[in-house]
Amino acid sequence: MKLVKYILFDLVRSRFVLFYFLLLLLFTGTFVLLQDDVSKVQLSLLNIIILVIPLVSVIFATIHWYNSSEFIEVLLAQPISRKRIFISEFIALSLAVGGAFLLATGIPLLIFYPDTVSLLLMIGGFFLTIIFIALAFWSAVFTRDKAKGIGLSLVFWLYFSLIYDGLILMIMFNFSDYPIDKIVVALLSLNPVDVTRVMILMKMEMSAMLGYSGAVFTDFIGSNVGMIYSVVLLLIWSIIPFLWALRKFSKKDL
Amino acid sequence: MLIRVKELSKSFRKLNVLKSVSVSFEANQCVAIIGPNGSGKTTFIKSVLGMVIPDGGEIIVNEKNIKNNFQYREGIGYMPQIGKYPENTTIGQLFGMIKDIRKQNEIALDEELIEAFHLPELYNKRMRTLSGGTRQKVSAALSFLFNPQIIILDEPTAGLDPLSAEILKDKIQQERKKNKLILITSHIMNDLDELSSHVMFMLDGNLKFFKTMEELKTETGEDRLGKAMAKLMKEQSN
Repeated sequence: MKLVKYILFDLVRSRFVLFYFLLLLLFTGTFVLLQDDVSKVQLSLLNIIILVIPLVSVIFATIHWYNSSEFIEVLLAQPISRKRIFISEFIALSLAVGGAFLLATGIPLLIFYPDTVSLLLMIGGFFLTIIFIALAFWSAVFTRDKAKGIGLSLVFWLYFSLIYDGLILMIMFNFSDYPIDKIVVALLSLNPVDVTRVMILMKMEMSAMLGYSGAVFTDFIGSNVGMIYSVVLLLIWSIIPFLWALRKFSKKDL
Repeated sequence: MLIRVKELSKSFRKLNVLKSVSVSFEANQCVAIIGPNGSGKTTFIKSVLGMVIPDGGEIIVNEKNIKNNFQYREGIGYMPQIGKYPENTTIGQLFGMIKDIRKQNEIALDEELIEAFHLPELYNKRMRTLSGGTRQKVSAALSFLFNPQIIILDEPTAGLDPLSAEILKDKIQQERKKNKLILITSHIMNDLDELSSHVMFMLDGNLKFFKTMEELKTETGEDRLGKAMAKLMKEQSN
């Protein structure tokens, strides 16, 4: 784990993580201090978490991977396995970016509103961070070209944050005459951003905010089982892109 | 036998960079790998280092197949053609970090080159401020640092000033006497003439020949490597 230490040291020294921490602290601080309604604070934060966190994680992780290419090259000539290099990079980045999020958002939120929803916001945000770091690594390993890699990462973000919902909506609209509940639940499960959103909204009892797909989801699964189901989905979602990227990196010519 | 390469082949997309190359190296050899640009020298070296994954064939280092193995690199020192290092770290930090990560207590570190190149005076300089030559010195010092039995040098003297190049060449000769295997690629025939015991000639991804220096010189009737190679290449093209 010495490698993690060196990578983390380098990450913390770069001003970006500090900037990200301060930005999130500013958001959370403003929400907590300016609004006195719990659910409004949590709702505002939810929007930040499902939009900003994936975007920052995916872009920062991609750029970080390209910037580390020299470091990785030095390490590859040493008796160190590729797997260890990859896992160390992943852990260090998750600790830096995820840690900045947990500290900046978690501390104010848990001080002012220590409840289940706040906890779920933390869990969901952290999962989204590591999922998008794994997707970013895949993009960066996939192509040598930095611009293409960042573009690919942005496509992942756009797809999961915006396009996917549009597609679900289109399917629901066009097939509204058929019993498509199960399909909608299945489709929703395939998007980690939606899973996080529904998981938190379910607990907030904000059915109006769930949208049709979310409502179907809650109705179909029920809120308690739904919670466990969501966490399991997020776990699977953090493992698969990670393994996918690791496999690609292990076979790459450098 | 330290390194045994059997029918190694590799292609990048449609380009066949290595076409079934088989060759073996033993201790106490200093092998000059010669060939025109793009003949597959660097790909060959990188395959031995595990940086390039071959399409076919196998590579045995110290009786161990290197496929899915990384431990064998303990015994290899590598000096890349272009040394790339994290730009914001200082030379001192870089050496400290690699020593710390490898942490092989039993093996005495070989810091002779670090001293000979006066690197400790530059320990506070960041990598991005270094000239190409100084980077080469760092690469060279790193490749000898852990006292490896196999030393692979990709264009070692290309960016070095004459004095430093001499220091490095002395070091190479000195290490060879310690029963080590040294692989060098270079386009500077005079350097190779001084240093090497064997010549491995590559052309278009094929191994054309692997001979001792004496064999090569008697066959061509030339007493210098540069002339001998020129003669051979001329014959090839006719």
